[in-house]
Amino acid sequence: MKLFVSGDAVARALGADELAAGLASDAASRGFTVVRPGSRGLCSAEPLVEVETAAGRVAYGPVFEEDLASLRPVLFDGGEHPKRLGKLEDHPFLKKQTRLTFERCGLSDPGSLADYRSHGGLVGLAKASEMTPSAIVEFVTQSGLRGRGGAGFPAGIKWKTTLEAPGARKFVVCNADEGDSGTFADRMLMEGDPFLLIEGMLITARAIGAGRGYIYLRSEYPDAIRVLGHALDIARAEKLLGPSFDIELRIGAGSYVCGEETALLESIEGRRGQVRAKPPLPAHHGLFGCPTAVNNVLTLAAVPYILANGAEAYARHGLGRSRGTMPIQLAGNLKNTGLFEAPFGMSLGELVHEIGGGSASGRPIRSVQVGGPLGAYFPPALFDTPFDYEAFSQRGGLIGHGGVVAFDDTVDMLKQARFAMEFCAVESCGKCTPCRIGSVRGVETIDRIAAGDRRNENLTVLTDLCETLKYGSLCALGGFVPYPVMSALEHFKEDFQSPRPAASRAAKRNP
Amino acid sequence: MPITKPFDLAEAESIIRKHASVEGPLLPILHELQAHFGYIAAEAVPIVASVLNLTRAEVHGVISFYHDFRTSAPGAKVVKLCLAEACQARGVHEARTRLESTLSVKMGETAADGSVALAPVYCLGLCGNGPAALVEGRAYADLNHRGFDRCVKAVKS
Ligand SMILES: Cc1cc2nc3c(=O)[nH]c(=O)nc-3n(C[C@H](O)[C@H](O)[C@H](O)COP(=O)(O)O)c2cc1C
Ligand code: SF4
Ligand code: FES
Repeated sequence: MKLFVSGDAVARALGADELAAGLASDAASRGFTVVRPGSRGLCSAEPLVEVETAAGRVAYGPVFEEDLASLRPVLFDGGEHPKRLGKLEDHPFLKKQTRLTFERCGLSDPGSLADYRSHGGLVGLAKASEMTPSAIVEFVTQSGLRGRGGAGFPAGIKWKTTLEAPGARKFVVCNADEGDSGTFADRMLMEGDPFLLIEGMLITARAIGAGRGYIYLRSEYPDAIRVLGHALDIARAEKLLGPSFDIELRIGAGSYVCGEETALLESIEGRRGQVRAKPPLPAHHGLFGCPTAVNNVLTLAAVPYILANGAEAYARHGLGRSRGTMPIQLAGNLKNTGLFEAPFGMSLGELVHEIGGGSASGRPIRSVQVGGPLGAYFPPALFDTPFDYEAFSQRGGLIGHGGVVAFDDTVDMLKQARFAMEFCAVESCGKCTPCRIGSVRGVETIDRIAAGDRRNENLTVLTDLCETLKYGSLCALGGFVPYPVMSALEHFKEDFQSPRPAASRAAKRNP
Repeated sequence: MPITKPFDLAEAESIIRKHASVEGPLLPILHELQAHFGYIAAEAVPIVASVLNLTRAEVHGVISFYHDFRTSAPGAKVVKLCLAEACQARGVHEARTRLESTLSVKMGETAADGSVALAPVYCLGLCGNGPAALVEGRAYADLNHRGFDRCVKAVKS
C-alpha cells in the first residue's frame, strides 16, 4: 500500500517534506511505502496527503505538522478527521474537470518510468513510431491543437513547416520559461508527470525529423529542474533517450523576455536574450540556424493523448476554433486556487465564482487579469466572456497561457497599470525604442496622473503611448503591455480620477 | 549556495572547459561559475572570453543582461520575494514590509551586516498560495500567515 505526500513545489513550500519525514516511521511499520507525487491540482488544499485504502485513495488537506498527532491514528485506514477531503474524484473542483493533459498528474510517481507506463504512458509514442512523420503532423493538425504558450498558433502547421524545411539538423525546443504571473501549469506538469513531456518531445521529434531536443526551463523553478532532470536521467538509462534523440535541459537566468521564442533561442546559443525579427521563422531558421519547432510545455504534453486516443477524441472538446482542453490556472485572491483543466468555453465568471469559490479574503472580486502580465484586466461586467481565444480577443483581452488572477475590491487599478509599465521597462530586451523608452515614460505619466498633475493631458499622453507601443514593437512584450494598461483605464476609470478612492481603500490593506 | 569562495583560476578554468564543448555553452558556464563561487568574478570574464572565442564585451554583455547573474558577493542568504500580480493580489505588500523589518533589509539591498540580501523576483509558480519567496533556492509560500515564520527561520538558520 502507498501513502502519497504531495511533492509539488507548493506542498513543499508549505512543509510537505517535514510531513513526509514525520509520517515515515508510521508508514513503514504499517507496511506503507511513501510516494511523493505531483499535485492533484487543488493548490488551496496543499500540502495534500492521500492514503491507499481498499475503497480507493482518501485525501486529507491541507495537512500541517500540528495535524499529525491527531491524524496518525486514523490516516492509514482513511478514517474521519477534520482535514479529510474524501475521494478527490468526488471533490467539486476535480469533478468538473476534463483531464486529458493532466490525467496522470498527482496520481503517478514522477520518479518512476514503470509507473508512468502502468498509468498508460508511452502508448502515444508506440502509435507514432508506426506512423510516418507527415502522418503524425496530419494527425496533430486534425486534432486542432493550438500552441498553449500564449499565441495559440496551430501546432500542426508549425510542425509541417519544420518538417518540410530543408536541413540536415533539426531541433525541437520546449519552452518551459513560464514567466507569466498567475501561471504554473508547466511547472506542475513537469513536477508531476515529467515523462509525459519527454514522450511529447519524442513524438514531436519523430514528426519533424529532429535529432536533438532542448528544454529551456526557468531558474525560478528549482523543484521542476530537479524532478525533470531526474526523469531525463531515467529516460536515458532506460534507452528512451539516446544517440538518435536526446534532450538537454537548459536553465534560464531570470529574464522574462527569454520566454519569447527567438529570444529563447538566442539565450540557448549563449547570447543576450534579444528578440529576433521574423521572418525568418524558427521553423526555417531556428536554433543554431537549423529548422526548429519551439513549443510550450503544455502543447507538447497534449500530444501523447492525441496520438493515443485519436485526433477526434481531442477535437470533440472545445468551442469554435479553440479545440481540446485548456489547463486553466486559478490564482491570486481566490478561495479555491489551482489547476483546472476544462474544455474551452466556460465563462470567466463561472471560473472565478463557482470553481474558484470567490475571493479568499471574503471581499467582492473587482478585477481579474487573464493571460499574465500582458493580459487585460476584466471587470465583473465582462465575466460572461467564454474562455476561448477568439472570445477574449473580441473583448480586448487574451487568454495567453491560461492564468486567471483575481483581485478583490482593495485593488488600486492605477497601481496595476503602473506595474505593467514598470514590468515592461524592467524586462524589455532593449531592441525597440517604444518598448525600452516608452515604458519608462509610461510609468512617469501614470505617476503624474496619480499626483493629479494635468490629469486629462496625461491621460491622453498615456493613451498615445499605448498606441505607439502597440504598433511600434517587435514582440508582444512592448506590443501587448497596452492590454493591462488600457483595460485598467477603460474599465476602472474611477481609479484614475481625483480623488482616488481606490488609493485609500488599498492603503487600508497595503500599508 | 550561500558560500562565496575566493576566485581560483584553476577551478574556474576547469568549470569553463567542462562545458566548452557543448553547443551554446555560455549560460551553463556562467550558472556554474556563480553556483561555485557565489558570483561571477571579474577575473573569470577574460578566461571565458578566450576559451569561447568571444570578446570580453560580449561576455560582459550577457552577464549584465540576465537578472540572475551577479558580479559581486551577495548576502550570506539570498531571499527572492515574488512581487508579481498574483502575489500582489494576495497581499505581498504586507509580507514585504514585515520581511524588511524583521530581517533589517530593504528590497533590492543587502543587510548592513551582510547576513541577507532581499531581491525581487517575478513569479515562482506558487501563485495560488502566495505571497511566495525563495530562500537560497528553497520555496516558501503563504507568507502572510504560517509561511512567514518558516521563511524567516530559514534565513536565520
Ligand atoms: C515576452 C514574451 C514572453 C513569452 N513567454 C513565453 C513563455 O514563458 N512560455 C511559452 O511557452 N511561450 C512564451 N511566449 C510565446 C513564445 O514566443 C512562443 O509563441 C511559444 O513558445 C510557441 O509555442 P506554442 O506554439 O506551443 O505556444 C512568450 C512571448 C513573448 C512575446
Ligand atoms: S517589444 Fe520590447 S522586448 Fe519585444 S523586441 Fe522590442 S524591445 Fe525587445
Ligand atoms: S505571482 Fe507570485 S508566485 Fe506567481
